[in-house]
This record gives sequence, C-alpha cells and structure tokens, in this order.
Amino acid sequence: MEKRDNKDQKRATGKISRRTLLGGVIAAAVLPVQSLFADEKLSENSILPEVADDPTKIVGPGPSPLGKRSPFEQPVRKASDISSRTPLQDLHSTITPADLHFERHHAGIPTIDPTKHELLIHGLVENPMKFTLADIKRFPSLTRTCFIECAGNFRTGKAEMTPQDILGLTSQSEWTGVMLSTIFNEVGISDKAKWFLAEGSDAAVMTRTIPIAKAWDDAMIVYAQNGEAIRPEQGYPIRLLLPGFEGNMNIKWLRRIELSEEPYMTREETSKYTYPVKDKIRMFSFELDARSIITYPSYPQKVNKGWVEIRGIAWSGRGKVEKVEVSTDAGKTWQLANLQEPVLSKAHTYFRYLWDWKGEATEILSRVTDETGYLQPTLAQLAEARGVNLGGYHMNPITAWQIKNDGTVLFKPETIK
Amino acid sequence: MNKKTVLILACPVVLLLMSLKTAFVPIQVQLPLTDSLKRPAKFGFGRPATAQEIAAWDIDVRPDGKGLPAGQGDVKKGRVLYAQKCAMCHGVDGTEKPGVKLLGNALVGDTSATSKPKTIGNYWPYATTLFDYMRRAMPYNLPGSLSNDEVYSITAYLLNANKIIKADVVLDAKNLYKVVMPAKKLFIMDDRKGGPEIK
Repeated sequence: MEKRDNKDQKRATGKISRRTLLGGVIAAAVLPVQSLFADEKLSENSILPEVADDPTKIVGPGPSPLGKRSPFEQPVRKASDISSRTPLQDLHSTITPADLHFERHHAGIPTIDPTKHELLIHGLVENPMKFTLADIKRFPSLTRTCFIECAGNFRTGKAEMTPQDILGLTSQSEWTGVMLSTIFNEVGISDKAKWFLAEGSDAAVMTRTIPIAKAWDDAMIVYAQNGEAIRPEQGYPIRLLLPGFEGNMNIKWLRRIELSEEPYMTREETSKYTYPVKDKIRMFSFELDARSIITYPSYPQKVNKGWVEIRGIAWSGRGKVEKVEVSTDAGKTWQLANLQEPVLSKAHTYFRYLWDWKGEATEILSRVTDETGYLQPTLAQLAEARGVNLGGYHMNPITAWQIKNDGTVLFKPETIK
Repeated sequence: MNKKTVLILACPVVLLLMSLKTAFVPIQVQLPLTDSLKRPAKFGFGRPATAQEIAAWDIDVRPDGKGLPAGQGDVKKGRVLYAQKCAMCHGVDGTEKPGVKLLGNALVGDTSATSKPKTIGNYWPYATTLFDYMRRAMPYNLPGSLSNDEVYSITAYLLNANKIIKADVVLDAKNLYKVVMPAKKLFIMDDRKGGPEIK
C-alpha cells in the first residue's frame, strides 16, 4: 500500500492530490494494526485508524488490486506448532474464508511449482498414468460445499475457552475439482483393487489408505477453494477431498495414488489416528459423527436481557443435518432451531433459535440429529460407549455454555473420571 | 441500441428460456451428483507412467512385506544410528522420563496394552509400518535421508528395545514382515455405522 502511494505521489504533478494524501494518512494509521497481525498479538487495545466524524465529507481511497478486511475486523487463526484453528465465533455463515481455514500439517507446508506437479496413479490399474495439473483441470469439473474436520478436534479443561479453542479444527469451503471416479475410469481399475493409497508431496510424504468404495461414491481431487486456487496450506496445487471423512485422510499436495487389495497400515492409520474403545483400539474410523456448537453467544461475549438470537453450526460426516435442538434450561427441555437452507450433505449447517433471556443464570446447549437418526451424545454417553480412557479422536460431545446473572458467557468444561 | 430495442429483442429470448425451463426442470431435479451426463469411454488426458517413474516414488511397504527393499540391518548398528539421528527428539533411550519434555514421541516402553505412553511396544500393530514411516518421514530435520540398511538397523534396534526381537536378529525383506507385534491383537476395525446407537 505504501509503495503504491509513493508512486502515486511521484506521478502527481508538483502537488499532492487530496486523494493521495488521504490514502497515505489511512495507510499510516492502519499500519500498527497490520504489524500486530504479523505478530499474532492482537488484543482489544489494537490501534484502529483515525475516523472522521462524518465520512460523507471526505472522499476515500479508490479501487485497489487486492481487497482486504476492514481494519475494524480482525479474525485470526490460533496457531500452535502443528495446527491452527478457525475463529468460528467470528463467522456469520458456513463458508470459511480461505485464509481462516484451519491447518494441520505433519511436516510443514511444501512449496510446489504447479507447472511441474504431477499425479501418478499405479498399482492394480490397467494403465499406470501420470497427470499434470493442466491434465487434471481438463477433466469435467464439479463444485461441492462440504466441511473438513480434524479427527482430534476436541479441547476442554477451563471455562475461558472460545468455540475456536474447543473445536476450531473444522472449516468449510466450496471445493472445485474432478471426481476421483472420473480419473479412475481413465486409468482403468482392476476388480481386485479394494483400497487405494493416497500420498502427499510434503516432507512427511503423508499416506493414508482409503476403501475404494469412497472413490466410486463422492471422493474428488480438488484444485480450487471458494472459487480460487486452493491455498498452499490446504494442499496447493491439488488435494484429495473425502467428504465426511476425518481430515488427515484428505491428503494434501497429492502426488501419488496406488491401488491395492489390502490396506497399507501406514503410521497415520495405525499408531496415530486410532483410539481406545474399552479394551481394544479402534482403527479406520472414517466418518465424523454428527456434532454441533453454539457460536453465539459464547465466551468471551456477554448477553443483555431481552431477545438473544442463539446461533451456531451443526454437521455430520454421514449426510445431512436432520434437526438441531437448543436447550436454554441446562438440558431439561429442548426446542427445535431453524436451519438455514439449503441444508447440504456432509456440510456445516447454520442454525438459529430466538430466546428471550430474563436475566437468570442458566446453561445453553445444542444437539444435532443427522439423517441416519444419530443424536449427538453427551460426554458421559461417549465414555459409557468407549470406556473412560477416551482418546482425543472422534470426540463430538454436546457443548454447553454457562450464562451468568450479569450476562457473562463461559464454557462448561466437563470431566468423565 | 436504445432501451426499447433491447426490450423487444429480449422478449422472445425470455419466452424461449421460460419454455426451455419448463421442459427441463424435471430432468434438472433428478440430476445425480455427477459432473457430466455424456462422456467418452476415455478422455485421453494424461500419459503412461514409466517403470522408472513408478520406482522413484513407490516407497510404500505393506504388512505382507510387499515393498520391502534389499538390504539388512542389526541392533548394534541401529543403536549407534539411533544415538546420532533420533535421540535428540525421542530421548536417549526412547523412553519417556518424568520432567523431560521430548520433542518427538516416546518410542520405547513395555508391551502391556494399558501402559502409557503409546509406544512401539504397546501401540504399533505392524513392524512394516516402522520401516515405511521411518524411510519416508524421518529424521524430522532430514526426511528421506536414511539408507535402506540404516532403516533396517534402526528398526531392529527399536524392536529390540521394546523387547519384541532378540539382540542378535538381522532384519531384512525376508523376516521383518514376520515379526508379530504385541499390539496387533488390540486393533479392531471401525464398527460405527450411523443410526441411533452411540459407539
């Protein structure tokens, strides 16, 4: 921004135009916010641009090559060494802006030249083949909206937690690419093939084995996210998309697929993304069961007496959301929430419920039922089904928020032991 | 073109579109989730992959031993390699010690199913996975840098440290896949199916 303004100033013949001057002033005023962004140390005390009392009396800056958010809006991912979380509480509908999509990497983000990237398909096929990115884009394309959720998307432990902290490892995009079945048809798949290995070109050379039925059902190879090329952290230039399946199987930076009679038992599907169920360890848990969360009101927001529109998202890896119920009396009674149409299969579905809060302390909760008849369980029900040594994977318990007398909202952390 | 002309020209088009819409709506409603209704047997995109190209990338190893390369390794060599290339993240002897935060996972423990943390001894169902994973992704700071012999040796060392093979075993493509892991009996396939039951 500064660079452009300097150029504009040089172009101005002798005197600086009013517009250039104002643009410069705003750029300078915005700068502190941007540097805070870079440090990921945003707080409520961030310096905001100076604003005139009456914006109708000042001509603002003109068009620019690349848009950006209002400096008054500062949604950010929360990053650790291996992942970053979507600020679900800052979103008003179900599409996640691409730069806020959660990340989970197993050995960092590779930089890939799209003109050199190729996908190899071999193993139990008629013709082992290689496809360039350009080849993949020539095939008939399809656009689908669905969520991707990490299998380990569950945190608890203290009341001061936001939806982002609790389950920010789920995001939704409109993905565009080619059906995997189209590519499989091109190479010709042997009848003996029952599984396929998908491999990424990151430093983990990440691998998972997937049942072939998913390829003939709804698996895709995608190259676009919300209308543009997918982000590097989402697998640029191509990733596997397995709607409803746990996140790590949606192999990013996809470079190889091998068809096989049996699973490869890779590290990710044996010692990693598995979890104890009673005295056994459950493996190949693909579908994410139905889940929901109220994103408004949530910590650290406050509510005022009167009408409160309770809002949130619900989803299921097994199909459509059938209904969402909301309780405003700590789970004693449940009321149907409105679902935002269209309700899509294996997609975040926005729900709303209007509540007249009288000022009493209470708890608010949501629970989803999906089209298979599965009702989102409580943590206690999950522990009863799987044993008290619950691992951190495939946890989808009902999330409760405590509403205090003064309108303060706190997460209700639960324990099972 | 003035406004009136545009309107006059547009009218038949709108009527035509409306009739088309009426005619095609029933078909649209039944559209399956597919990208195209008519398609050729093959598009002819892409090219055949050569044997060399496949060999360069095909590094996976299956539980039945398919994919294990030539070469061999032993516990003694593995111990030295572990100290050089693995200990900095996984600990001097691969075990978790109180008060010490390891950068990587603890790899060595006992083989009891209920013991913590998850290690090769109590949580890895296949020995082939060790070879596959180490060769593709380890060491973390130099992924893919180990020779096949080195991977066999470190695998031997770790299996011995977890009391799964004896100290004098030499591992190669003929015997690694035959190693029976203590944790294998614990693993079950997913039995969730949707529907009302919580599993």
